[in-house]
Amino acid sequence: MNKIVEKENFSEKVVKIVVEAPLIAKARKPGNFVIVRVGEKGERMPLTIAGADIKKGTITIIVQKMGVSSIKLCDLKVGDFITDLVGPLGKPTEIHNVGTVLCCGGGVGVAPLLPIVEGYKKAGNKVITVLAARNKDLIILEDEIRKNSDEVLIMTDDGSYGRKGLVTEGMEEIIQREQIDECITIGPAIMMKFCALLTKKYEIPTMASLNSIMVDGTGMCGACRVTVDGKTKFTCVDGPEFDAHKIDFDEMMSRLGGYKVEEKDKLDHFQE
Amino acid sequence: MERSEEYIKNERKKEWRVELQKKTKAKDRMTIERVQMPESAPEERIKSQRIEVNKGLTAEEAMREATRCMDCVNPTCMEGCPVSINIPKFIKNIERGDFLQAASVLKETSALPAVCGRVCPQEIQCEQRCFYVEKLHQPAVAIGHLERFAADFERESGKISVPELAESNGIKVAVIGSGPSSLSFAGDMVKLGYDVSVFEALHEIGGVLKYGIPEFRLPNAVVDVEINNLRRMGVKFITNFIVGQTESLDDLKEEGFKAFYVGSGAGLPRFMNIPGENSNGILSSNEYLTRVNLMGADAEDSDTPVLRGKNVVVVGGGNTAMDSVRTAKRLGAEKAMIVYRRSEEEMPARIEEVHHAKQEGIEFSTLTNPIEYIADENGRVKQVTVQKMKLGEPDASGRRRPIPIEGSEYTIDASVVVVAVGVSPNPLIPNSVKGLDVSRWGTIEVVKDKMQSSIPEVFAGGDIVRGGATVILAMGDGRKAAANMDIYLKEKYLSQKVEH
Ligand SMILES: Cc1cc2nc3c(=O)[nH]c(=O)nc-3n(C[C@H](O)[C@H](O)[C@H](O)COP(=O)(O)OP(=O)(O)OC[C@H]3O[C@@H](n4cnc5c(N)ncnc54)[C@H](O)[C@@H]3O)c2cc1C
Ligand SMILES: Cc1cc2nc3c(=O)[nH]c(=O)nc-3n(C[C@H](O)[C@H](O)[C@H](O)COP(=O)(O)OP(=O)(O)OC[C@H]3O[C@@H](n4cnc5c(N)ncnc54)[C@H](O)[C@@H]3O)c2cc1C
Ligand code: SF4
Ligand code: SF4
Ligand code: FES
Repeated sequence: MNKIVEKENFSEKVVKIVVEAPLIAKARKPGNFVIVRVGEKGERMPLTIAGADIKKGTITIIVQKMGVSSIKLCDLKVGDFITDLVGPLGKPTEIHNVGTVLCCGGGVGVAPLLPIVEGYKKAGNKVITVLAARNKDLIILEDEIRKNSDEVLIMTDDGSYGRKGLVTEGMEEIIQREQIDECITIGPAIMMKFCALLTKKYEIPTMASLNSIMVDGTGMCGACRVTVDGKTKFTCVDGPEFDAHKIDFDEMMSRLGGYKVEEKDKLDHFQE
Repeated sequence: MERSEEYIKNERKKEWRVELQKKTKAKDRMTIERVQMPESAPEERIKSQRIEVNKGLTAEEAMREATRCMDCVNPTCMEGCPVSINIPKFIKNIERGDFLQAASVLKETSALPAVCGRVCPQEIQCEQRCFYVEKLHQPAVAIGHLERFAADFERESGKISVPELAESNGIKVAVIGSGPSSLSFAGDMVKLGYDVSVFEALHEIGGVLKYGIPEFRLPNAVVDVEINNLRRMGVKFITNFIVGQTESLDDLKEEGFKAFYVGSGAGLPRFMNIPGENSNGILSSNEYLTRVNLMGADAEDSDTPVLRGKNVVVVGGGNTAMDSVRTAKRLGAEKAMIVYRRSEEEMPARIEEVHHAKQEGIEFSTLTNPIEYIADENGRVKQVTVQKMKLGEPDASGRRRPIPIEGSEYTIDASVVVVAVGVSPNPLIPNSVKGLDVSRWGTIEVVKDKMQSSIPEVFAGGDIVRGGATVILAMGDGRKAAANMDIYLKEKYLSQKVEH
């Protein structure tokens, strides 16, 4: 179990891994994630299931190198085994036919966005997707997203690909152009915060998928807690998706830095 | 387990027991002082999470302590033990030096005696009901220490008896969770000839015994020996498998599982919902202990980080709070403090743990309750505002209710705060199984003494039925469930088989 059968480098920092996990492949739904652990001293790390092949019994994960755990995972080769892999976790995305859906993905957030885009398309929606990244190299999964979207808009901070500008600029144009019935945003917390502020202005129901710090992923530790509508929720079991207009993004961003010093120590130690 | 009085009486009349009874006069037994458990020195043991505090009795100490036991005609101690271990019988075996036999007496009723000897709250169970306490107002026979001694002796001797297994009946049963409740259930069922598979959500087997209770109280090696025994007996362990998520109960039924035991525990941490509680540096005891005990975050070479702080405040007064605060000390806290809203008398923690914590320099601020957390400009907690409390009339739990004293607020410096104010039942199974009756508190409803839920083939026990309880109660439930599921399955499947 958990054998890596395929690996592709999207960029220096972003790697796609296809791994054997027949039960998870069968059970997963858009929005679900897994927790992986590499090595006996390894950390438990949440990653979204970007795709699955029930026949082959595999799932696809797309990982960005951030610190020790993600680097270790990306260093594994085809034929290697992931020590532990558990899932599917979290509540699946609630996908209905609502009309026109605006999907916004930033950076590696496009990976979790892909199955949701697929789901919306399959449910009969018109899907408009905005992909955003700092530069051309960081735009991932463009072909797969195009295949499942009616329209794709690409935005880069430096203008090296698609249009120059922030994701919200592209979004606003579309919102002003046509009726948007629902919006979903996945990416860095700061991006999701501004997406939410924008769609709130236009009163478009919006979901955001949060990438809180996690340990067990089963509701046991509370590391992943966030404030939604003034109440504490656990991202792993109550989420990872929440009503973006009700999330306390400032608290969420602060909590993402909760182990910053300790994580950096681990990385320095690892690189020695 | 209920055991007939007659059986106990007859056992007591066995020749060897009578001989021992005569060998030493009651008066002489009473003059022996209760044994002191040898301990690692506090200043040494706080250097590592993995130095066991209690070192265990020597054979000589154990035999002397066993001599104190009066082998009572009416052994009230057994009434205090939730699984009715035949206490005088095992203790008298220690007295006569047959330690392996003592261990096998323990195993008649308890699946994990080395664990219970270490973590049972003996002072409110077996030992509280000992003749010495009830009639002489003297310290009880050290039943827990003796239990641990016999179990450790057997393990270290390498002569662990693998119990006889009934012939395989081919009936598949699934166990959900791998805590003490599930382990004791699995042990009994495999002995009865069932094909037992244990599914565990985490990457390690053992439940709270592994991720919660620290190694300085319960070494993982002790738990692993028991798990390996079960493995040798044929129990299959499947880790990284969340029933209800990876596969549903119905999927498992299709794969041929005929009945289920839910021992999924009380894994959901409670918070107090006071201002600032989501600041960085404030975490549940589950998170804190899991990082250290399951993920090994105290070690340099672990990839999992843990927060270390100069001033650590732990909120709560139970075992979980004690384990957290003592872990903080071992992670290098200069000041590690318990903040508890009632007085020390009401603390639910084992007395021994409170005592050990004090030896280790833990500070206790009782009759105080946090009401707000104050964070620095980076969102990291720096202070706790607390309020003094006084005790009022007893509440539903029988303990005196704490009442805030207005105007008594003050602040305590803290760079890490661990919240250990209780847990709720793990909702994964109750939420994912249709037709399962669940109480207002989220616990699974079962027919008492049978442990059968509203779905006939689903049994449940341990913390998921009781809310937060104890290891021994969880194990007792596992045993009861096994006995009753056996009857249920045999009636349903085996008699049918015979007819066809
Ligand atoms: C439900 C969920 C789904 C996720 N899906 C994916 C995915 O599909 N692909 C992917 O690459 N990542 C995903 N993540 C994020 C991923 O889990 C983290 O990037 C990873 O845990 C970092 O671990 P590390 O040890 O490599 O880095 P660390 O050393 O832990 O962190 C390095 C730096 O990243 C920051 N950081 C830590 N955790 C996170 C986080 N959760 N999000 C953002 N920054 C963080 C830290 O502050 C630190 O500065 C997901 C997270 C969640 C909760
Ligand atoms: C820190 C701490 C210290 C304690 N100290 C003591 C003590 O000194 N003495 C004492 O008697 N008691 C103590 N207790 C209480 C005692 O540990 C518990 O009462 C006991 O462990 C309950 O056992 P259980 O088998 O019901 O569940 P648990 O031990 O909680 O095990 C449940 C297991 O089920 C798994 N699980 C849950 N849902 C699923 C699912 N859907 N699929 C698969 N697996 C699942 C969980 O991951 C977990 O491993 C302590 C508890 C804690 C937290
Ligand atoms: S199992 Fe616990 S209560 Fe029972 S005799 Fe042993 S220590 Fe006492
Ligand atoms: S009550 Fe005390 S003295 Fe009597 S049999 Fe039990 S342990 Fe021994
Ligand atoms: S990750 Fe532990 S509760 Fe969500």
